[in-house]
Amino acid sequence: MKAFTYDRVTSAEEALAAGAGASFVAGGTNLLDHMKLQIVTPDRLVDLNRAGMDAIEPTAEGGLRIGALVRNSDLAADSRIIADYAVLARAILAGASGQIRNRATTAGNLMQRTRCPYFYDTALACNKREPGSGCSAQDGHSRTLAVIGTSELCLCQNPGDMAVALRVLDAVVEVASPAGATRTIPIAEFHQLPGDSLPVREFALEKGELITAVVLPPPAGGTHYYRKVRDRSSYAFALVSVAAVIQPDGIGRIALGGVAPRPWASDDADAAIPQGAKAVAAALFEGARPQEDNAFKIDLATRTIAAVLAEAKEARA
Amino acid sequence: MKFDAPMGDTPIDTGRVVGRPHARVDGPLKTTGRATYAAEWHDGLPGLLHGFIIPATIAKGTVTAIDTADAKGAAGVVDVLTFEDFDINGTANGKTVKLVGGPQVQHYHQALGLVIAETFEAARAAADLVNVDYEAEAGAFSLDGVRADAKVCGAFGGPGETRLGDFEAAFEAAEVQFDEEYRTAAHSPAMIEPFASIAQWEGDGLTLWTANQMIATTVGSMASMLQIDESRVHVLSPYIGGGFGAKLWAHADAILAALAARKTGHPVKVVMPRGLIFNNTINRPETIQRLRIGTRADGTIEAFGHEGWSGNVEGGNPESTVLSSRSVYAGPNRLMADHMGHLDLPEGNAMRAPGDAVGSIAVEIAMDELAEKLGLDPIDFRVMNDSQVDPSQPKKTFSNRHLVRCLQDGAERFGWSERQAPGTRREGKWLVGMGVATAYRAALRSTSGAAVRLETNGRVTVETDMTDIGTGSYTILAQTAGEMLGVPVDRVDVRLGDSAFPKSSGSGGQWGASSSTSGLYVACVNLRREIAQRLSLDAERAEFDDGEVRSGNRVCSLLDAVAEGPLSAEGSIDFGQSDTHAFGTFGAHFVEVGVDSYTGEVRVRRMLAVCSAGRILNPVSARSQVIGAMTMGVGAALSEKLVVDERYGCFINHDLALYEVPVHADIPHQDVVFLDDVDPYGNPMKAHGVGELGLCGVGGAIANAVYNATGHRLRKVPMVVEDIIAGLPDPV
Repeated sequence: MKAFTYDRVTSAEEALAAGAGASFVAGGTNLLDHMKLQIVTPDRLVDLNRAGMDAIEPTAEGGLRIGALVRNSDLAADSRIIADYAVLARAILAGASGQIRNRATTAGNLMQRTRCPYFYDTALACNKREPGSGCSAQDGHSRTLAVIGTSELCLCQNPGDMAVALRVLDAVVEVASPAGATRTIPIAEFHQLPGDSLPVREFALEKGELITAVVLPPPAGGTHYYRKVRDRSSYAFALVSVAAVIQPDGIGRIALGGVAPRPWASDDADAAIPQGAKAVAAALFEGARPQEDNAFKIDLATRTIAAVLAEAKEARA
Repeated sequence: MKFDAPMGDTPIDTGRVVGRPHARVDGPLKTTGRATYAAEWHDGLPGLLHGFIIPATIAKGTVTAIDTADAKGAAGVVDVLTFEDFDINGTANGKTVKLVGGPQVQHYHQALGLVIAETFEAARAAADLVNVDYEAEAGAFSLDGVRADAKVCGAFGGPGETRLGDFEAAFEAAEVQFDEEYRTAAHSPAMIEPFASIAQWEGDGLTLWTANQMIATTVGSMASMLQIDESRVHVLSPYIGGGFGAKLWAHADAILAALAARKTGHPVKVVMPRGLIFNNTINRPETIQRLRIGTRADGTIEAFGHEGWSGNVEGGNPESTVLSSRSVYAGPNRLMADHMGHLDLPEGNAMRAPGDAVGSIAVEIAMDELAEKLGLDPIDFRVMNDSQVDPSQPKKTFSNRHLVRCLQDGAERFGWSERQAPGTRREGKWLVGMGVATAYRAALRSTSGAAVRLETNGRVTVETDMTDIGTGSYTILAQTAGEMLGVPVDRVDVRLGDSAFPKSSGSGGQWGASSSTSGLYVACVNLRREIAQRLSLDAERAEFDDGEVRSGNRVCSLLDAVAEGPLSAEGSIDFGQSDTHAFGTFGAHFVEVGVDSYTGEVRVRRMLAVCSAGRILNPVSARSQVIGAMTMGVGAALSEKLVVDERYGCFINHDLALYEVPVHADIPHQDVVFLDDVDPYGNPMKAHGVGELGLCGVGGAIANAVYNATGHRLRKVPMVVEDIIAGLPDPV
């Protein structure tokens, strides 16, 4: 861990004023690991833990505005979330451990970085860690990595659970800039695909921007599912996960985790839900470029979608 | 005492203290954070400096330049030492590669030097500033790639190939022939406590606080590597957060701490970061195993062939996959052989139940497959091929072999008769299956000594360099002394892991429990003699109970014996080779799994182990050993795999996020049953250890349960979802 300066701020405004070049830290459940491993070496940390932004409030539209600093445990336990956005509560509880969820925040969860082994070993090439150094994951140990949305530059998977649920809920990320402007980014566009040019961008944030909240639209109704497949029962990243909201008439929304650099969903796939898992998967994985190690994820995702649709069908019967 | 005849009655047989379920005597210290582990001896060490290991980032080649200037100039850095600054003689006892490499690099993450700084953080940050240039060489990293050139090779001084009868002819002539290959992945010990050492010099004497299973071996290693006399080395390791074999030897943390402390004149602490443990230290190597078994039509084994292939560094040991096959199932014609190919991966070495942990997986799957081929119940097939003599040395009878009882008793308890045909039992989306496997692990015995003292206040002090790696040594030693001297456990103070104390067996190979308590038994016999003499009682007839010594109609208090000062005695046990008996521990594992018919996830539902290992010294700590081992077996069967990246010659998943050990949620109800038996031929305690027995066979039982659930046979572990779904019908 390199020496760094550390400032505490007590509001979003103060945080933004702290300026570009600083790294924001809240729960620290991902960033501090990376600093210890020297994957990132920020010169300056701005601690947001006393900056407010920790409320869950109703919006005028009938949705909920989740403050950036709301802890994952608190969000998953909120009665409004459990009642109207159950997929979100379930996704959060499928991730990490109780201790980590107690610290981790809503915005921090969105910002968690890939679990690619080549990102973690600083002796090996990684375009994410060191732009232009290359991507060791190509033809490497890619079992946990993405099968679609990748490029020659990067095979990273988004390891999160929460964002996959936010994707089927059509959440919006609210962002403030140092200049005082606010803007919103649809969750579908928040995580970036690596594309064909450097640097490999991960998030749709501009320098110095700060996530202030995540906004949920009014409840979508339906029955909510979050099915996470992993080698062990807990405390593991998804090989594949499926978030779904299925309506009484059998239509609905589906997003996948663990298969792409972002939660993976499409309108075509949603439209195919009545035709079953194979049709949904075919739409989702069009253009997939799996590696030898992770090609199974396409079959596994198809089977997991089938499991969710079967459960939904049973629930409707 | 030389133990060479079966043990008669002893005070241990009264079972007032030994054999009772005493809670760990060191438990309160551990649960309140007062047990001092290797990295925690800060107090009394002013000027303590921190070292951070500089690891090699190639697998094979030569260091052409190492630039430490930036690191030396970094804030808080005291010095940066590299291999060029050291003169290390050889390596640690039991290790093959050097603890510090350079200029020749022998494996990825081999230590090349140490950054020494005022804080851990400063040392870590500066280690990143050391620039190393290499001339890399191509290496061999694939077991498949070196298999054809692998040579027959024995492990740890044992034979490479053993034969009995004419295996090939008998296999060829067998009415039923079975021939399959199996694969097991490489494993990391992944214990909770990382390797850690603090070294301090006073004059030419070294004190080393470290995490180590074998104190005397480590004294020898340090003295030899540093070229000083063993009398100048004091090693302390009273509390150890797991070892699983990896702490049988000194590692880079120990030698680098010692060298850095000598160079700087300060005490130096070196903790190995989690990410280095996988490639810097040791692993259980990947194996390929071939099982050829020929039987009569009725299932009687006529020919048993087991061959294993593994890779290791030049001069290392193969994984001794065939070790237990020599002793488990009957069959007059036998071939057992281990082969080793040269690999440039990190060193493979003895991890918990070396050889047997993975050898038993292949054998027990094969036995399951063959039972099905023969139309026999897998338990019946194992029972009919039991042997009361060692099948490879038929002149030796097992001193205590109750495998059949373990299998049959377990079958009854587990509800084995409910087991259905493969792929036919379904509960909702779950495919449910049961599996069984034999557990066998040799009952090794090793020279062990102890000192025991009756203090003037009536308390008893035990001192031995024995270690407690989480196994319960403190407790069973307290029980042994308590039984022998007639005092309750809470009046016995056990002091372990200090090279100033008498040499013990140390912990490993599940020999520690029986050997160390036997050594203490001898010391207690000697102390009883001292006490009786002081009280003018007949030592042979005296009964020690409840703080009193009774003989005939005389009753004395123990305190009377120490009115003029404490009494102490030492003792040691030695074991000869037996020409007539073989010593083993036996058991049967039963497992029920559910397999998700959609996703292929395997979830263990119930586990049972029935064990026979002579007297169980403490059923609580023994149970802990077995359930911990069963848990490790779940890891081997379902998730643990060191993945080789052949481009870089390393285990690429070198953290606990990608090397997945089981979590609590993976471990359901576990039952452990110990048969009520004693083994007077084994040692004075008539007891054997169970810490490795509990692991042997578990992976096989799980694999067999998965097959029973799905009807799809897998011959490699871990069995991960992609392997499982490949054999499941399409659910869509």
